Amino acid sequence: MARNKEAVVLLLDVGPSMHSVLPEVERVCSMLVQKKLIFGKSDEVGFVLFGTDDTYNELQKEVGGYEHIVVLRNIGVVDGNAVGFLQNLPRGNFPGDFIDAIVVGIDLLIKKFGPTNKGKQRICLITDAKYPIKEPYEGTKEDQVNTISQMMQTHGIRLDCIVIREKLPGADLRVMEENDSLLDQFSRKAIAKIVHVDSPTSLLGALKTRNISPVTVFRGDLELSSTMKIKVWVYKKTSEEKFPTLKKYSGKAHSSDKFATYEVKVDYEYKSMEDPDKVVPPEQRIRGYRYGPQVVPISSAEWEAVKFKPEKGVKLLGFTDASNILRHYYMKDVYIFIPEPGNQKAIVAVSAIARAMKDMNKSAILRCVWRQGQGNVVIGVLRPNISSVDNIPDSFYFNVLPFVEDVREFQFPSFRSFPSSWQPNEQQQEAADNLVKMLDLTPSEGEEVLQPDYTPNPVLERFYHFLDLKSKQPDADVPPLDRNLRGITEPDPAVFSCHKSVIDNFHKNFELKEKPKKKKSSKRAWRGKPSASSEEEGVDGEASGFQSSNLMKDSSNINVEKIGNLNPVQDFEAMMARRDSSKWVSKAIKEMQNHVSDLLENSYEGDAYSKAIECLLALRKGCILEQEPKEFNRFLLGLYEKWKDTDLANFFELLSSKNITLISQKEAPDSNVTEEDAKNFPVKAELKSQ
Amino acid sequence: MDLDPEGLFRDDSDSESEFYQEKDFTKEFVVYLVDASPKMFGAAGSDEDEKTDTHFHVAINCISQSLKAQIIGSSYDEVAVCFFNTKEKKNLQDLNGVYVFNVTDRECLDRPTARLIKEFFYVEDTFMSNIGSRYGIVSGSQENSLYNALWVAQALLRKGSSKSVSKRILLFTNEDDPFGSITGATKTDMIRMTLQRAKDAQDLGISIELLPLSRPDEGFNVSIFYAELLGLEGDEISHFLPSAGEKLEDMTDQLRKRMFKKRKVKTIRFSIANGICIEVNTYALIRSTSPGSIMWLDSITNLPLKTERSFVCADTGALVEEPRIYFHPYKNEIIKFSTDELSKIKKVSNGQLHLLGFKPLDCLKDYHNLRPSTFIFPTDEEVVGSTRIFIALHRSMLRLQRFALAFYGSLYRPQLVALVAQDEITGSSGQVEPPGMHMIYLPYSDDIRHVEELHMSADAIAPRATDDQIKKASALLRRIDLKDFSVCQFTNPALQRHYGILQALALGEDEMPDIKDETLPDEEGLSRPGIVRALQEFKISVYGENYDQEEANAAAAKGCGSEASRKRKAMAETAARESASYDWADLAENGKLKDLTVVELKYYLTAHNLPVTGKKEALISRILTHLGK
Repeated sequence: MARNKEAVVLLLDVGPSMHSVLPEVERVCSMLVQKKLIFGKSDEVGFVLFGTDDTYNELQKEVGGYEHIVVLRNIGVVDGNAVGFLQNLPRGNFPGDFIDAIVVGIDLLIKKFGPTNKGKQRICLITDAKYPIKEPYEGTKEDQVNTISQMMQTHGIRLDCIVIREKLPGADLRVMEENDSLLDQFSRKAIAKIVHVDSPTSLLGALKTRNISPVTVFRGDLELSSTMKIKVWVYKKTSEEKFPTLKKYSGKAHSSDKFATYEVKVDYEYKSMEDPDKVVPPEQRIRGYRYGPQVVPISSAEWEAVKFKPEKGVKLLGFTDASNILRHYYMKDVYIFIPEPGNQKAIVAVSAIARAMKDMNKSAILRCVWRQGQGNVVIGVLRPNISSVDNIPDSFYFNVLPFVEDVREFQFPSFRSFPSSWQPNEQQQEAADNLVKMLDLTPSEGEEVLQPDYTPNPVLERFYHFLDLKSKQPDADVPPLDRNLRGITEPDPAVFSCHKSVIDNFHKNFELKEKPKKKKSSKRAWRGKPSASSEEEGVDGEASGFQSSNLMKDSSNINVEKIGNLNPVQDFEAMMARRDSSKWVSKAIKEMQNHVSDLLENSYEGDAYSKAIECLLALRKGCILEQEPKEFNRFLLGLYEKWKDTDLANFFELLSSKNITLISQKEAPDSNVTEEDAKNFPVKAELKSQ
Repeated sequence: MDLDPEGLFRDDSDSESEFYQEKDFTKEFVVYLVDASPKMFGAAGSDEDEKTDTHFHVAINCISQSLKAQIIGSSYDEVAVCFFNTKEKKNLQDLNGVYVFNVTDRECLDRPTARLIKEFFYVEDTFMSNIGSRYGIVSGSQENSLYNALWVAQALLRKGSSKSVSKRILLFTNEDDPFGSITGATKTDMIRMTLQRAKDAQDLGISIELLPLSRPDEGFNVSIFYAELLGLEGDEISHFLPSAGEKLEDMTDQLRKRMFKKRKVKTIRFSIANGICIEVNTYALIRSTSPGSIMWLDSITNLPLKTERSFVCADTGALVEEPRIYFHPYKNEIIKFSTDELSKIKKVSNGQLHLLGFKPLDCLKDYHNLRPSTFIFPTDEEVVGSTRIFIALHRSMLRLQRFALAFYGSLYRPQLVALVAQDEITGSSGQVEPPGMHMIYLPYSDDIRHVEELHMSADAIAPRATDDQIKKASALLRRIDLKDFSVCQFTNPALQRHYGILQALALGEDEMPDIKDETLPDEEGLSRPGIVRALQEFKISVYGENYDQEEANAAAAKGCGSEASRKRKAMAETAARESASYDWADLAENGKLKDLTVVELKYYLTAHNLPVTGKKEALISRILTHLGK
């Protein structure tokens, strides 16, 4: 493990213009440290803030200058306190000078490691680079950058820089341009990577929070033929970072046991069918392979003797037009072929082929056996990856393609063969065209939104956040998804409201009807997607009026048998009105109750409240009309009991303002609630239940 | 031994199996009903050369392939094979002209076995002698072999409830007018009876599908008789089947595709904007096929073993219940999570597909991939109007060259997906790519690795190919061109071998099958002079004239480069020289070896590559053994 040990210094700009994104900076940096606590326990971290009110760093003491830079934590092995440091960054009131900060960072690293640990030291700079940096005492700023780059190179220090700029008017363009060109100079003169992001969400994804040292899948020849070979190294380009595997917990250990592991082990025992008490030892077990209804026993040795054993090697089958391979045939995570590092001839050869492939729009088909003894072959497609950075060679991406056995050739009806009632007319097509055109995530100014490269995994973000929360507060609830992470899972309200007219037009042009469910269909299909449409409406607020009027038309003449998600109120009323069987009333009430429960259960920060209130109102009215007050009262009290102590409690406050009370005796004689009690809900209910 | 060292065939976790397996587990019972009339044995192609291929052969071929696919897919579907218009009869009802094909150890309608596949594959060889072919419906006779066939098929499908099982009859024939040879009242009567029979079967929940075989010069006219039998109306007749392909292979292809039953993974809601929420079905068109799970058997009885799982507390050794609490070590503490909390963390969305916006197709990079894609196709089953919206968006996306970015909140792994519209592509063998959208699972930044930067050096600028080198490479690309390459033209050699071995063992054969590896490069093609020249020119252009020589030198330098190896070599040389100056055989003969020093003895041993360890006696005896004394 120690082989991969790295040291990171975080240089964080906390100057005034950064205040709005500091929560995300705190978050992404804590994540980095948290992951180190789990995956890289011996890694070292240090934190430096700049743009602070105070000044605290050794360089200032030694040589003067370097003001408004605070070394928050010197370099040292990560520990639990490190996370704490990052969660409450002081907000500074001075423009930060990132060049000074870099120098302080380098100083920390040099003092700590001297000439050792080359190549495993990293400086991460997060800034908006909006303020001019100070003129150096001698020479130009460019000279200064050159000197610093030189120093970084001799000490093997890398620089990762994230420049975060939200679209803010009024910034000094000239200064930003100068700063950007200074930063770019780093990437030319030293090992540095500069990333520009323009949203807090991208910021969360821009910093590599986990340091994985990649291993090659294959090192050897890419054989164009038996005589022409190119030396390449193959790595994984993408690989899913999985949700951490948690251990099963056992609380059986004695409290005094200091070395308790609390783990639960899983044991497997193989028992014979005839005699369930007899355990069959491993050496008496043999593998059986299914073949239709038969099971064929084969011992490992036999299998080894007959199985498919291809020779190791990566061979070219040929080139083909890129259009022959459709994108959806890519099967797995992606590999990258890079020319053997340092081998100039291989670099040129890869570059020539990659560029020719790019020019002619061709792909190469390869057959790969990565290791000797691998039991199968891989067929895949090689695509050129032309490097845009001077000191990175050209390379290839490799995607695995399916075999015949992996493809199911289902036949689908042609869209043209559908009845005309399913075909969009000209006007509808235009509305769709506009929607596709306007909901553009690649604005002409600014960066592409939600680029995979800068989009963090919201589930992992939430897990690590919750993990840290729980370490301080063991009974904490799962926190709701952060606002910036919701930008990944849900449409951006800003984009959607900005193009409201386009969306409304689309809405007007198309009509959707929920079909009454057949009785046969199982209830299961409905679970998991309750409140679906309502949540949408919660987000988009005002648009809901439209929808109901649009969708109403048909529910009247169909016998509604089910409360759907699109227009529950109408469904409910239609069901209540059905006279063909008495069961409909009770069914309607039951389903409406379920619907309201579902809505509330899935509501997030009250986004489903308005919908739920609409439904409750309808339910209340229906229960009075049908003389079923008890049903309603019982339900409302039940809801209250269930959720009064949760964050849904504010829903009940809303109820009284909307005049949704318990049904009193005055309204329905069957009720056993007095008018006064009804009015005092929920206050009174509390007393009653106690 | 690890069967699958890379885990390429294995799913990583339980939850992942949700992704790879289809929910729709309905079993299927299929009766293959094959017309065996003499007409089926006529030449199928219009071409004189294709005489050997008959329609009967095509049908047998298709069924064979489908049976094999079923056994590999380890499905629980059950099949029966039944011929009609035969000389011999074999069926429970003892009806004329119908022969139910079966092998030992198998019910008539049962899962396919190795034996069935093997014997069915060779059925043609002995068909004429064992089963025989003749027209079953001829004038002057009351026999109606088609009626009989449907009756037998229906009887075969009697088992199992139509609710849990889907039952199908697949009818292969090249006769579009089965009652053409008879006239008058008998004809109308027979047609009526046959249609009634088919209707009865359909009322019992059995679907009848027709797989017509035809010759290019005479099409199969569905409307003569079969349209009514199948219950086709109006437009459906014209859409029934694109005219038979030019080539027989195309027809085989078409039939094979039509034999599959579509199975959807699930129905999901696709929310577009402002509560517009349409419904789509998802299909797993591409998933890696694995050799199937293994079972543990008792090696003595070959009977399956029962696996029992137990949970043991690691600290006390006590048996515990399956825990509902998990933990993760963090900051020297143990942080506990309940299963509820874990599922809450993972639930970031409500299981739907949420549209986020659109991007130009070139924003979808080659490395934006993690898993096989999922196909989506609209359905109007529950939300009427879904298809119309889907088609409109599909067209716009195709025209504007954009893909939709959406968030798919599945329980397994909520993630961003790209929805890429795919227009329908048809070829000579029918539909090649269905119209719809492909859902491509995008990686998060956590999943992308910046490997390129790993070997970045600050001062060295990476060389790029010159225009001339690129030109040479282009010439090479043009030479080694796979013109009509189509994805998945290869069978998986590992899988083919796996099943070949299993089939041989299941049938008790000793001979292991020889599976051809189709994935090897075409050495012959690559050694064509044009290609060799292009390769050579490219090689010289990027590597220079003497590359091979340099490489050989470099390799040689590496081989004898190290200090130790050079020393070892020198020692061996001296030993050989020194050793040659003694007459070992004579010394051994006279027992004089013991007079030599250890150093001298070692000359011999080193020269003959023998171990040089041990005491003097050991060395001497080793020399003697080596001399054969």
